[in-house]
Amino acid sequence: MEKTYYKPEDLGKFGNIADWQPELAKKFFDYYGEVFKEGELSEREKALIALAVSHALQCPYCIDAYSTGSLEKGATEGQMMEALHVAAAIRGGASLVHGVQMMNKVKEVSM
Amino acid sequence: MTSLKRQEHRLANSLIQLEVLEAPRQNGEQFALFQDKLEAAGLYPLRPTGVEILQINVGKMCNQTCKHCHVDAGPDRKEIMARETMQHCLDALDAAGKQIHTVDLTGGAPEMNPHFRWFVEELSLRGKKVMVRCNLTIILANPKYHDLPEFFRQHGVEVVSSLPHFSARRTDAQRGEGVFEKSIKALQMLNAVGYGKHGSGLDLHLVYNPAGAFLPGSQASLEKEFKQKLLKDFGVEFNNLYVITNLPISRFLDYLLQSGNYESYMEKLVNAFNPVAAAGVMCRNTLSVGWDGALYDCDFNQMLDMKLEKTAPEHISDFQLNSIDQRAIRLNQHCYGCTAGAGSSCGGATT
Ligand code: SF4
Ligand code: SF4
Repeated sequence: MEKTYYKPEDLGKFGNIADWQPELAKKFFDYYGEVFKEGELSEREKALIALAVSHALQCPYCIDAYSTGSLEKGATEGQMMEALHVAAAIRGGASLVHGVQMMNKVKEVSM
Repeated sequence: MTSLKRQEHRLANSLIQLEVLEAPRQNGEQFALFQDKLEAAGLYPLRPTGVEILQINVGKMCNQTCKHCHVDAGPDRKEIMARETMQHCLDALDAAGKQIHTVDLTGGAPEMNPHFRWFVEELSLRGKKVMVRCNLTIILANPKYHDLPEFFRQHGVEVVSSLPHFSARRTDAQRGEGVFEKSIKALQMLNAVGYGKHGSGLDLHLVYNPAGAFLPGSQASLEKEFKQKLLKDFGVEFNNLYVITNLPISRFLDYLLQSGNYESYMEKLVNAFNPVAAAGVMCRNTLSVGWDGALYDCDFNQMLDMKLEKTAPEHISDFQLNSIDQRAIRLNQHCYGCTAGAGSSCGGATT
């Protein structure tokens, strides 16, 4: 095994996953390509969503790809950072909203 | 900021730029040769489809010193085209007749050349479509330039202007502090005389090129974004957005090397090679003239001092359309910038 789990040059080799299973890879990459095409959402908006999701998933490959991707689609630094705050708010909110569950449980077992 | 030339920077030497472009990567591997890619696409040797546009660089003098400038232009550059050389250009156009229908004036800031207005008048008298690559800030740089929008209007000049982004921060990072604000003012002045307005017949195109080591996104989507933003925030209107890829030469090459982005940028360009874009590269229908009258395949080859192949004339005073149309175009690794993705030319994407 390599000394590190993540290597930047591996991002460029993403397509190699087709070597061991071409049909599924093709389906995935075709789908992927379609998803990011301009639709009711612009390419820039889609790149920003991808950027936010990348941070929520903390995937270094995706962060690399969609930081550049967002720039390419014309996003500003401000838009990119706001997108991250959306991810952070949802992550934080997802933890905190379970506070209600905690409170329910505590009430249930308390006198 | 000063030009590379003034700094006596090693990259001011075009031979060193070519050396960098041809050198192997740090791991010893070589980037695929552009020539080989063209060969595989059935395009080598690359021949013109016939010159239709004469792009004339009337000088390297500029009021700005943009970080990415492939001309290495700036206030400290004194090379500008003499009137005599402009006359040679007019003679060449007369000899070429209708085949060359468009003249694209570039620089530097072409308006700083003292013979600029005379030249534009002569060109428009000849019925040529005249395009000026106007950097916008020049209009505000000095009172003597304030009437440029009116001058352009009178001669039906098509104005092509750089605006790397609709955010001040991104524009200023590339073109200098305060450039965005001045550019917007200049655009409003152009709009005021009718440029970019629907039905006026006065075309105002904007040029977008990435402010950094990344490729441009799709021209259609960016144009939509630019139009919405500029209209909403500043009331500015324009016709088309030309999306241009930065070529790895001169100051942009310096930036790539300094920032450690050179290899990954080249890799991006090479991987994005598009044979369809390759068939539409601008050197096939455009001929480039340097400030001293020397002839080149394009403005980029001009900056790399790669003159036309020996079978074609060296100088505009020896202009000869036949041999120019039959020459082989000179190529090197920087050409990957023209063939990446949707392709790139002075008129934007080529596919
Ligand atoms: S990019 Fe244009 S405006 Fe900027 S320094 Fe070069 S010639 Fe001047
Ligand atoms: S850099 Fe010049 S010669 Fe090379 S492909 Fe582009 S336009 Fe043609």
